Amino acid sequence: MARIQIITIIISLLFVLYIARLIVKGKLREEYSIVWCVCTLILVVFSFWRGGLEVMSRLFGVYEAPNLVFTACIFAILVYLLHLSVVASKLHKQNKQMAQDIALLKEKIYGGSSN
Amino acid sequence: MPLKLLIIIPCYNEQASLPNVLAALNELDLPGYDITQLVVNDCSTDNTVSIAHKYNVKLLDLPVNLGIGGAVQSGLLYAFANNFDLAVQMDGDGQHPPAELAKLLSCREVTQANLVIGSRFIERQGFQSSFTRRLGIGYFYRLNQFFTGKRIFDSTSGYRLFDRKAIALAATYYPDDYPEPESLVYFAKAGLGVHETPVVMTVRAGGKSSIRNFTSLYYCIKVTIAMFFSAIRKIQ
Repeated sequence: MARIQIITIIISLLFVLYIARLIVKGKLREEYSIVWCVCTLILVVFSFWRGGLEVMSRLFGVYEAPNLVFTACIFAILVYLLHLSVVASKLHKQNKQMAQDIALLKEKIYGGSSN
Repeated sequence: MPLKLLIIIPCYNEQASLPNVLAALNELDLPGYDITQLVVNDCSTDNTVSIAHKYNVKLLDLPVNLGIGGAVQSGLLYAFANNFDLAVQMDGDGQHPPAELAKLLSCREVTQANLVIGSRFIERQGFQSSFTRRLGIGYFYRLNQFFTGKRIFDSTSGYRLFDRKAIALAATYYPDDYPEPESLVYFAKAGLGVHETPVVMTVRAGGKSSIRNFTSLYYCIKVTIAMFFSAIRKIQ
């Protein structure tokens, strides 16, 4: 096994451990960890299977293997960013509804502001 | 039986102008209407709240800043929950003179419109806004006509009278920022009757507009997109 393979495998494993730690500590919700676990899994697979990249490139008709890596990575990142925008929009909406409910309840309890 | 009318006064750092607005409101005499004043404090950092406390008004104190649309919608939610017949938005910066309210009310009595807009541009009296602002308003006039087929000259006017149907609709959905032109598309799609009546507006007495020069391009783009999607969205 080549040196680079060992390095990438170790780094991938450390990454998985870090994600697990974040989940355990409650800093990362499980649903958002899935994408990171899948990414690491792909990294590990291609670390073991050195010829894999060439095989995939030929499958997709890409001449230079690194181009496939860049294209796939950028596409995945864009999709995930869009997903995060959707999440932010949802939080924005929920935040607004909660603020309005709080204001209406405050008015009911204190007749307005608490001071 | 008098109609229950809620006057929604959205405020963001309006300590300079709010006392004038509230004082003018107290002098208002509208027979046939049972008036409640509601100040919506959109998380101001100045003394807006303590000024509101000095007057006989209800107060909605938002814990975070929601923007004008979110603040107005909070007032409309209050109107909906407390069974008001009518609600009017009157900005806390003094641009919407309380004395003009009678015009909105009489327009509604005559036309039975669900939404009455106080317009600066029908009789072209009073504060007419800057040239670039009018250019933008002209653009929204055409855009609104394109999306709804209706002619609304002052689609960015916030001086608006909602009836029960409009209150209920806006309580379920109202845009957060720059809500005026987009909500017109939404109301038109829901089949509400919208009427415009001339009012005289004044230059804001204090505070800052939420729309300043460097954001005006963003404003145009955001509102155009919002109007387009309001036009194709199904009403829930």
